[in-house]
Amino acid sequence: MSRIDVRKTYKLFIGGQFPRSESGHSYEVLDSRGRFVANAALASRKDARDAVVAARKAFPGWSGRTAYNRGQVVYRIAEVMEDRRPQFVEALRRGEGRTSAAAGKVLDGAIDRLVWYAGWADKLAQVVGNANPVAGPFFNLSTPEPTGVVAVLAPRESSLLGLVSVVAPVIVSGNTVVVTASPDRPLPAVTFAEVLATSDVPAGVVNLLTGSLDRTAATLASHMDVNAIDLTGLAADAEQATALEVEAAANLKRVRRAPAAEPDWSEDPGLDRMTDVLETKTVWHPIGV
Amino acid sequence: MSTFEYAPAPESRSIVDIAPSYGLFVNGEFVDGHGHSFKSISPSTEEVLAEIAEADETDVDLAVRAARRAHSRVWGRMPGKERAKYLFRIARIIQERGRELAVLESIDNGKPIKETRDVDVPIAAAHFFYYAGWADKLEYSGYGTESVGVAGQVIPWNFPLLMLSWKIAPALACGNTVVLKPAETTPLTALLFAEICQQADLPPGVVNIITGAGETGRALVSHPDVDKVAFTGSTEVGRSIARSVAGTSKRVTLELGGKAANIVFDDAPVDQAVEGIVNGIFFNQGHVCCAGSRLLVQESVADDVLDRLKRRMSTLRVGDPLDKNTDVGAINSAEQLAKIRELSAIGEDEGAERWAAPCELPEHGFWFPPTLFTGVTQAHRIAREEIFGPVLSVLTFRTPSEAIEKANNTPYGLSAGVWTDKGSRILKMAGALRAGVVWANTFNKFDPTSPFGGYKESGYGREGGRHGLAGYLKGEARR
Repeated sequence: MSRIDVRKTYKLFIGGQFPRSESGHSYEVLDSRGRFVANAALASRKDARDAVVAARKAFPGWSGRTAYNRGQVVYRIAEVMEDRRPQFVEALRRGEGRTSAAAGKVLDGAIDRLVWYAGWADKLAQVVGNANPVAGPFFNLSTPEPTGVVAVLAPRESSLLGLVSVVAPVIVSGNTVVVTASPDRPLPAVTFAEVLATSDVPAGVVNLLTGSLDRTAATLASHMDVNAIDLTGLAADAEQATALEVEAAANLKRVRRAPAAEPDWSEDPGLDRMTDVLETKTVWHPIGV
Repeated sequence: MSTFEYAPAPESRSIVDIAPSYGLFVNGEFVDGHGHSFKSISPSTEEVLAEIAEADETDVDLAVRAARRAHSRVWGRMPGKERAKYLFRIARIIQERGRELAVLESIDNGKPIKETRDVDVPIAAAHFFYYAGWADKLEYSGYGTESVGVAGQVIPWNFPLLMLSWKIAPALACGNTVVLKPAETTPLTALLFAEICQQADLPPGVVNIITGAGETGRALVSHPDVDKVAFTGSTEVGRSIARSVAGTSKRVTLELGGKAANIVFDDAPVDQAVEGIVNGIFFNQGHVCCAGSRLLVQESVADDVLDRLKRRMSTLRVGDPLDKNTDVGAINSAEQLAKIRELSAIGEDEGAERWAAPCELPEHGFWFPPTLFTGVTQAHRIAREEIFGPVLSVLTFRTPSEAIEKANNTPYGLSAGVWTDKGSRILKMAGALRAGVVWANTFNKFDPTSPFGGYKESGYGREGGRHGLAGYLKGEARR
């Protein structure tokens, strides 16, 4: 008799823990051919609020780390992902319907992207900050700081490379994040959360919600303790994106608008995913004796 | 305390020539508006200064069309080095006509001539000078070289000409054209600026000035052919703008309200700190979005600081804005005065103790004495809401962490001040304060090279410095 395999329960990732949805709801996740794979947690509005609380709690510690340390932690995520290659290849094969070779390439892209962003941690301030020559006896310096708690709607299609491409640029500068996974392809995201949990990323820096955006996106967009929202996951859904942008105005969140179509994630990302969630702080001090 | 009497030292009004009525400045010419007209009055005397045209939707549309034409046919194509020379010309004319602008601003706004002469006008000229130099160097900015298009800009009444320069100078340097709406109570220097554009032979349509109130502003920011919205004003209006641009491709920068903490530690040089507190809240009658309106003073020195502060406040000269000795001028409008009175009354009702500097206020016009409240708690409305007047709320703290906690306990995040002699503490506080500008052992300093703008509900985007170019260029890497 052949061995019966042990299946994994796919759960949320909030505050470094893997809870089920507080609502007790789950939903069926199908593979690219429509076959049942697993039941994933269907995150509720309350789960979204809990995730924001966890992200806020983690913010002072994470933003207070040295840039060098944050860079190493993000690099560590890449290391642990590399170590789990077969698991991610399998997840991409089933979820995105790719061949093993194609899935491997996507995974390469995701790991390399983490390495690329890791290196930015201690360079951003030098590239986007400025010493300002004011017309008077003052020291004047502008430096970037993380904006705070960022909600990210991860892309629908690219469930791993896309996810990494929207999360890494947010956390590398010291923000904490609540990210909603691709609703139809959430499983690579949950596996990614398991990587985060074993990669020296402090609890609450990344919080992952799975399930329908109908339940969580509006809560995040209108939440008064969220500082910014990235609507990438609503590519080509202008109506929903507009509604969330209106909600986001309640506390003047920084909004990254939804693109017309899902981006090509293999392209060079540029700086703007990082700079969109930065604030510029300018400090003045008199010069004298 | 005995003080010397000051003889009156009035600045002459003869340098300004205010017309009985003004039209809109569209496509390089003054034209009649299609809406009603309104009056601009002097807040220090309530004298009617001029009739001002109110731009309606048709006028807004004409102005945006003029700006679009100028962008696609002239300004957007002009080499940066040529655009630069127009901006340098404007900077020079502002300097040449500096006294005229200062007097006019003082009359229309109510702020002291000392301030318009020494702050508003010179810094406005400096903004044009600074951004002029960027026009042919955009490839080094990090934001690309391509202009956004037509900018719709709405500015407040507290620094009319200075805010105009913050808006127009970077927009033009980057190759955009603008439609700017000054505040309805302070349109006169913007209209004089229109004349300056004519003197500089700026191509028609590059700068359009339309006057009016909230309706005009709404029509401008929601006009479908505006590519970029820049607004300075209240958080409430900022929110409605953020909603109105949702779902469009418009870029937006918002510079909104504030409730800055000015934190005084026990080792601070007290007299300097007191000057800084006074400058922080009574500069420009407290009509400053980044005003240090919450004084957080360390408990051990609170009594001493308050004694000296009250003594200093008693020497502030409140009165005729055109008198060169005046420190505090008129409140900008009856409406603003009513708001300041209302919030001050609420301060007393909620249990805080009011103290106002003993001073004689003029009979006509809108006036409010420099005022402070003690016994203020974080829950009081005067500690949470922007009063936008010469009213200081005083709170105390014991430890640096308590100061940080209290300072950051606000939905705003525009500015903050720290006073201490200890360098490491300054750097710690500067890092911990969630605000876009931190003044350490100084306050209310502005410079065209220095980015300005808020965290949280104080808005987004930066004005000034290299960062100030970001909102006006299409560059992929918006950094």
